[in-house]
Amino acid sequence: MSEPLLDLRDVTVQFGGLKAVSAFNFSINHRELAGLIGPNGAGKTTIFNLITGVYRPTSGAILFEGKSVGGKKPYLITKRGIARTFQNIRLFASMTVFDNVRAAFNMHLRHGISHALWRGKGLRTEEVHIEREAGELLEIFHLEQFRDAACTSLCYGDQRRLEIVRALATHPKLILLDEPAAGMNPTEKTELMELIRFVQKKFEIAVLLVEHDMRVVMGICQRIAVLDYGIKIAEGPANEIKHNEAVIRAYLGVDDEAPSPT
Amino acid sequence: MIERTKVILLAALVVIFAASRFSSHIGPYYYDITLSIGINVILAVSLNLVNGYTGQFSLGHAGFMSVGAYAAACFTTFLTGFLHLLSPLGNFVSTSVFFGLALFAGGLAAGITGLLVGIPSLRLKGDYLAIVTLGFGEIIKVIIENVDALGGARGLSVDAGYTNLFWVYAMAAITIYVVLNLVNSTYGRGFLTVRDDEIAAEAMGINTTKYKVLAFSLAAFFAGIAGGLYAHFKQYINPEGFGFLRSVDIVTMVILGGMGSTAGVTIGAIVLTILPEWLRAVADNPALPHWLAGLMANRMIPYSLLLIIMMLARPQGLFGGVRLKRKTA
Repeated sequence: MSEPLLDLRDVTVQFGGLKAVSAFNFSINHRELAGLIGPNGAGKTTIFNLITGVYRPTSGAILFEGKSVGGKKPYLITKRGIARTFQNIRLFASMTVFDNVRAAFNMHLRHGISHALWRGKGLRTEEVHIEREAGELLEIFHLEQFRDAACTSLCYGDQRRLEIVRALATHPKLILLDEPAAGMNPTEKTELMELIRFVQKKFEIAVLLVEHDMRVVMGICQRIAVLDYGIKIAEGPANEIKHNEAVIRAYLGVDDEAPSPT
Repeated sequence: MIERTKVILLAALVVIFAASRFSSHIGPYYYDITLSIGINVILAVSLNLVNGYTGQFSLGHAGFMSVGAYAAACFTTFLTGFLHLLSPLGNFVSTSVFFGLALFAGGLAAGITGLLVGIPSLRLKGDYLAIVTLGFGEIIKVIIENVDALGGARGLSVDAGYTNLFWVYAMAAITIYVVLNLVNSTYGRGFLTVRDDEIAAEAMGINTTKYKVLAFSLAAFFAGIAGGLYAHFKQYINPEGFGFLRSVDIVTMVILGGMGSTAGVTIGAIVLTILPEWLRAVADNPALPHWLAGLMANRMIPYSLLLIIMMLARPQGLFGGVRLKRKTA
C-alpha cells in the first residue's frame, strides 16, 4: 500500500491540564474524501488547527507526504500543499471577489519585490497568467458575475464558495473544510455536498471535512473518524459509523431502554 | 513598448522638471510651502503603506525621517571629496549624482533602521506597536542629541542647499509610483491581506511577518529620502524637529486623507500643509470682525477645530473608500 498523503500518529495536544486531543491516529490518502465528526467540544477544530500549524502537538507526529509538518508555521504548511477554509468565514473583507482569489496566488509568485516595485515585464506576464487562472476558477464556481463586487456583499453560501475557491487557488493537494455547512439551509447543504464532490474530482485532491451535519458527512465521505472528548471512538465507512454503538452513545447518550439509531 | 504606468511617471517627471525651471518666479514664502507640501506627500504616502495598507500602527515616522536627514547631511558634508571626483562631469551632472546618492544613502540608512526596529517590534499589534514605535522615535532623538559629531542638541548646519522643486516632486512622484505599483500587484496584495485578516493570510501561504517588516522598512526608506530632502532644504536640522509631534502630523495626514488610499493621503498631506498657512492669511485679513480676528490670531485653535469637524464629517478620511475594521480575534 502506498504512503498516505497525511498521516497523524499518536497526536496529543494538551492545554494546561486539559488533554484536548489524545493519541489521535488518522490518515488520509491521495484523492480521498474523509470526514471528521464529533459532538461539540470533541476536539475537531483542535485537530484542524494542529494540521494547519495553529497549534503545535504536545507529542506525536504529523506527516504530510512523509515529511513532518507538526508545529510548522501556518504559511509554510500551506506552501507544502494543505489549504483550508474557516468555520467563521474569513475572507479579505476590504477586497473584491476577484482580488480575494488573486491574493491566494501570492505564494506561487516567481517574481519578487523588485519586479513589484518597478512593474517589471516578468511580473506583468505573470499577473496576466494569474488573472486568467483566477478568472477561470471563478467561472467554474459560477462566481464570475460577482468578480468586481466587494466580497462582503455576497450572500452567505457564495462567501463559503469563494473561500473554497480561494483555498483552491493555492494549488493544494489536500483541502481542509471546517464546518462548511454551518448556517446553511437544507437546499444549500445539498448543493454544498455536490460542490465538495465536484471539487475533489475536478482538482483531484484529498478533502478532509470537519462537520457537524450528519447528513452531509454521511452523504459524501468515504471514510469517517469520530471524535469524542479528544479521543477517537470510531473509524470506518459511513454505514458502519451510522450503526456504531459508541458513536450513538456519544451523540445521543444512553438510555435505560434500548436506543434506536436514527 | 513602454508600459502605461511608466509613461505616466516619465511624463510627470518631465512636467516637474519643466515646472522647476519657473520656480524662481514664485515668491520665497510660497516656494517654501510648495517644497514642504512635496516632502509631506512623501512622508504621508510612505507611512500609508504601514498604517493604511498593512494595517499596522506606527508612530515613529519622524524618527526614520531624522535618520535619513542626518545620514544624507553627513554624506554631503563629509564626502565632499567624492563631489570633486565627479566634477569632470560638469557642475549640474556632478551635483545631481552626488545629491541623488546622498538621498539614497539617507533612505538606505533609514530603511535599515526600519528593518532593525521592525523585526522585533512587529510581533506586537495595534496600540502596543504604536507605543514601541513612539519609543523608538524618542530614542533616536535622544541619541542624536548626545552625539557631538552630529551637533548634538544644537543641531547640524547643512551647507549644501541642493534641494529644489525638481528633486522634491520627482521623489514624491517616484514614491507614489512605487507604492501604487506595489499595492496593485499580486505581490503587494500581501500587505492588504495582512490588514484584512492575518490568520487567513497565513492560511493562504503568506508570510505575514515578512510583509509587515517589508512595509515598515520600505516606508522608512522613503521617510529617509524625505529627511534628506528636508535637510538640504532647510539647511539646518536639529533633533527637536523630528519629535513625536512631527510623527503625529504625518499620522494625521494619513488618517485625514483616508487610510489605504494613496490619492487620499496625498490630498491629506497637501491640505494639512496649506491649512495652517491659509489660516495665517485669514487672520491677517483686515475685513475680519474684531472678535474673530482675536480667535484666528491663535491659528492652532481653528486648525484643531477644523480637524475635528473634518473627522466628524468623514471619519473614514477624505478619500477613505476602505472600510476600517478593528479585529477582535
